[in-house]
Amino acid sequence: MAKSHITLTINGNEVEALVEPRTLLIHFLREQQNLTGAHIGCDTGHCGACTVEIDGLSVKSCMTFAIQAQGANITTIEGVANADGTLSALQEGFRMMHGLQCGYCTPGMILRAHRLLQENANPTEEEIRFGIAGNLCRCTGYVNIVKAIQYAAAKINGTPFLEAAE
Amino acid sequence: MFAFTYHRPHSLRSASAMIHKVEEGKLLAGGQTLLPTMKQRLAAPSDIVDLMQVPELKGITVKGSTVIIGAMTTHDEVATSAAVGEAIPALAKLAGGIGDPQVRHKGTIGGSVANNDPAADYPAACLALNATIITNKRKIGADAFFKGMFETALEPGEIIKAIAFPVPSKANYQKFPNPASRYAVVGVFVAKKGKDVRVAVTGAGQNGVFRARTMEAALAVKFNAKSLQGVSIPADGLNTDIHAGADYRAHLIGVMAKRAVAAAV
Ligand SMILES: Cc1cc2nc3c(=O)[nH]c(=O)nc-3n(C[C@H](O)[C@H](O)[C@H](O)COP(=O)(O)OP(=O)(O)OC[C@H]3O[C@@H](n4cnc5c(N)ncnc54)[C@H](O)[C@@H]3O)c2cc1C
Ligand code: FES
Ligand code: FES
Repeated sequence: MAKSHITLTINGNEVEALVEPRTLLIHFLREQQNLTGAHIGCDTGHCGACTVEIDGLSVKSCMTFAIQAQGANITTIEGVANADGTLSALQEGFRMMHGLQCGYCTPGMILRAHRLLQENANPTEEEIRFGIAGNLCRCTGYVNIVKAIQYAAAKINGTPFLEAAE
Repeated sequence: MFAFTYHRPHSLRSASAMIHKVEEGKLLAGGQTLLPTMKQRLAAPSDIVDLMQVPELKGITVKGSTVIIGAMTTHDEVATSAAVGEAIPALAKLAGGIGDPQVRHKGTIGGSVANNDPAADYPAACLALNATIITNKRKIGADAFFKGMFETALEPGEIIKAIAFPVPSKANYQKFPNPASRYAVVGVFVAKKGKDVRVAVTGAGQNGVFRARTMEAALAVKFNAKSLQGVSIPADGLNTDIHAGADYRAHLIGVMAKRAVAAAV
């Protein structure tokens, strides 16, 4: 099958590539761009491990074709850290609050949480749980993921982080 | 997934021309249903016509007492639209409860209505609100549009342009979601417009979305949850699957309908 030429921006870098129309974005990112942060957990659109940001929207990259990303601006976990290489508020939150165990879901979680905090700068626990409903975690039980996102929100807003009593 | 040729038309006219010219074409909207189907090789189109760049399919307009939503409008855009939230809050709430944030960011109203999944949310809204499905060829009333599980009145290659929803005097949607996918195990949309009451049920019927006429008649007398006391839906013709049996679904229809009437605004 003939390949098509696409140009797009990934983590601030201009990228040109040849893709087959049936190539999924997740395969393009992982295999052609060597950006292996986004994971394939299910390939059926349910787990969210493959979540990336496309033009300001959270998207499961196993549910879209790379060719559809022509002209798009994509952020993956590799592009989330601060410019000087230090951890972003969300990455720091996941580390400090133990928001991960095996880490398989974490890149998707962080990309989704990133967008959630753009939509709602100070979400309640309920809003966080509803907002990450498309991201499954088989290790943590979510409690520390919620805390990690609250930690990041407080840090970004410059407010004190009050850990809820358990 | 089998290989295909990809097209991205920039007008409705050229999208229509392309889908008719190719051998086995499929329209692509948000891809949240079509891609999984292609991965499983349940669909193997020779050509994909991506509607993403077709301007005629975009946008939400309120004209008098009708809300018109372009086919390519995402669930998230409907959920967060101030115009929809003001005119038909039940519709905005329904859109905000579809799937998860990622599905809402990509999935579209046109794709959902064209697909007519027996557990999808929008078909219930279309039927209860007496919506009109506007295609590139004609206008189809919701009662004539939904033909059964995954079946609609659409002809091959016909493209949904927009859905027009008359603004009701009161409406509400209640769904008992599957906890994993959030598709409806049972969903009931209730709408009142003047004296006319319509109750549409999704998730339950073996032939997809349907109207609960006995409930409509009871609510037309008095629009109150108490009017539904004793009005039961027979389990015959309802689905039994790993999530729920037909009798349990019949019970849930009653519960969801009463909640919807009580919450209708
Ligand atoms: C994890 C998950 C959870 C979900 N949960 C829910 C839920 O809770 N409730 C719910 O209702 N849905 C749910 N969905 C389905 C979701 O809403 C889909 O977005 C929707 O069913 C299809 O819309 P789409 O835009 O993605 O269409 P696509 O997948 O692109 O297309 C679907 C079909 O419609 C056709 N089509 C698309 N646009 C048009 C058009 N304009 N004219 C004619 N034909 C067209 C296509 O050819 C295709 O056959 C879920 C999906 C996933 C993956
Ligand atoms: S791998 Fe994409 S949703 Fe699971
Ligand atoms: S940390 Fe293991 S799946 Fe989330």
